[in-house]
Amino acid sequence: MAKSKKQLEARSTGTIPKTLTGISGLDEITLGGLPSGRPTLVCGEAGSGKTLFSIEFIVKGALDYGEPGVFMAFEEKAEELKANVASLGFDLEQLEKDKKIRLDYVHIDRSEIEETGEYDLEGLFIRLGYAIDSIGAKRVALDTIENLFAGLNNTAVLRAEIRRLFQFLKSKGVTAVITGERGGNGLTRQGLEEYVSDCVILLDHRIINQISTRRLRVVKYRGSVHGTNEYPFLIDDEGISVLPVTSLELNHEVSSKSLSSGIPALDKMLGNSGFFKGSSILVSGTAGTGKTSIAATFANAACLRGEKCLFFAFEESPKQIIRNMRSIGIDLQKHLKEGTLEFYASRPTLYGLEMHLVAIHKAIKKSRPSVVVLDPITNLITIGSVSDVKTMLVRLIDFLQAEQITVMFTALTLNNIVNEQTDEGVSSLVDAWLLIRDIESNGERNRGLYIMKSRGMKHSNQIREFVITDKGLDLVDVYLTEDGVLTGSAREARMLMEQTGEVIHAQAVSRKDRELERKRKILESKIESLRSEYESAEEELNKVYVEEALKKQIMGETISKIADLRRGDDGGEEKNVHKNK
Amino acid sequence: MGKAYELRLYVAGKTNKSVVALENLKKLCEEHLKGLYSIEVIDLLEKPQLAEGDQIFAIPTLVKKVPEPVRKIIGDLSNEEKVLVGLDIRAKIKN
Repeated sequence: MAKSKKQLEARSTGTIPKTLTGISGLDEITLGGLPSGRPTLVCGEAGSGKTLFSIEFIVKGALDYGEPGVFMAFEEKAEELKANVASLGFDLEQLEKDKKIRLDYVHIDRSEIEETGEYDLEGLFIRLGYAIDSIGAKRVALDTIENLFAGLNNTAVLRAEIRRLFQFLKSKGVTAVITGERGGNGLTRQGLEEYVSDCVILLDHRIINQISTRRLRVVKYRGSVHGTNEYPFLIDDEGISVLPVTSLELNHEVSSKSLSSGIPALDKMLGNSGFFKGSSILVSGTAGTGKTSIAATFANAACLRGEKCLFFAFEESPKQIIRNMRSIGIDLQKHLKEGTLEFYASRPTLYGLEMHLVAIHKAIKKSRPSVVVLDPITNLITIGSVSDVKTMLVRLIDFLQAEQITVMFTALTLNNIVNEQTDEGVSSLVDAWLLIRDIESNGERNRGLYIMKSRGMKHSNQIREFVITDKGLDLVDVYLTEDGVLTGSAREARMLMEQTGEVIHAQAVSRKDRELERKRKILESKIESLRSEYESAEEELNKVYVEEALKKQIMGETISKIADLRRGDDGGEEKNVHKNK
Repeated sequence: MGKAYELRLYVAGKTNKSVVALENLKKLCEEHLKGLYSIEVIDLLEKPQLAEGDQIFAIPTLVKKVPEPVRKIIGDLSNEEKVLVGLDIRAKIKN
């Protein structure tokens, strides 16, 4: 226990030693918890969560910080209390047996009490002191001490005694939580805040537009800095969670890794890579333009990569989404089974904006996804003004970016002013904005997808036609013609026409080719005949030459013989001549 | 009447109020319940564990256990009328 105490002291900031409450979010707001060894007043209206606050303080102290605690109830009987908090998983019975906590129910029934003359509340002090000493308690909760005023008449005595009680608690060195009912002009009906000067926490339960929102505010905290805003808090099956949402510093890590959108053609438009990891993407469009399909495709792509995806559905039930997405060839059921996909469906009107934020926070903290889809954020408008929604989304985006979670919002745009505003309000926050617009022509509606913005990447400035097929989503280049942009069947018709044209053209070309071939063949045969003609002519010519040569040769021989005969140099020759004579 | 009164007076040490209360109680019982009562004085400084059982928070407190219903009278019992009403010895006149 000494060790845990040291830890507590080490974690607290400033000069005052603080005690961690264990209530999620509260210790962040108070920068370390409630003042140690001093009483803290928790005030609020009926049903604002005071009792739960105090019991959680005691139980968490006993379970998580090794500090036994005394819970003195003035309102609920111990059995009732045990039953009430059993739903939160607090087993008071067992804790009591383990001497970790002690419950004491102070029953004050006016009908059985008569007051005569002077008295004091020493009995209560003794009881409390005995309870504290019996388990060595470090924490005390009194819920709600104001019930004394309902049971007793002598308020002068009560006031003096309550003042003494706080002194008594301080002298015991216990960290105490005292709850007080809100009312009158002050924070509490009986002005308890006058006695508790160290720390006052106000719980509020407001109904705005028929939707309740719980808020918590640290009214005062002597000797310590603390968050001063109203923080929304949620009571659910795990007790209280407060959302500290003021740390809106713009210093989160950024990533240059990118995630595929699940539509290859869209990735191509986004500088060939997709969205940045940890960025926020807005998909807006009019009704029925396929926003949810884009979101589901994105989620599907994430799941196929083996990343965890959390899908917040504010409009359709998970089963509906799964069925609908199956029609475009996306099997979300599989991912659901494998645990990569988680749905979180709730009606926007279920609770207030702040509550949604708290709930979203909680769900994200719990399942730690890498991709989050909110479909659609437009429905949140029904429960808050535009500025409220924007504030909420700023907080959400900030939180998600700090956690490096990629988020995709879908938003419905109508042609009315309110929603145009929302678009604008959100669009300045998001990193990428896809707009799907209906293009109406030739008696049909087609979808055109634009990338309105995409921070930090070279994205396409073109309009693409967005088509939903059995096999998923795709983007098609729109046809730009002299007549304007063609989409849908007009595009198909145009494409068909051009295809026909191409075939005809090809036919024509091949006909020309064949003709040319034929011509070539004719010419070739002509060349062949000419060549043979030429050869015969050449042969003729050769014959003449040969004859000529033969003639020449024979003539040459004859001449030389004659010359020999004329000379008559030898007998042989003379004889020859003679003979010739 | 004729019923026995079991009375318990819770005090915390010998304070002025406790002493006054006990004196007042004894006097009153002698006057109105002679022979029909028993008084037990419990000092919570000695037995703090008894405070819870009888739901004691104020000191001094007189608890009438028997006869039923259980009644508590807190204070120094200086107003005899109120004590008698509180102990159901005398019916409430008004209120």
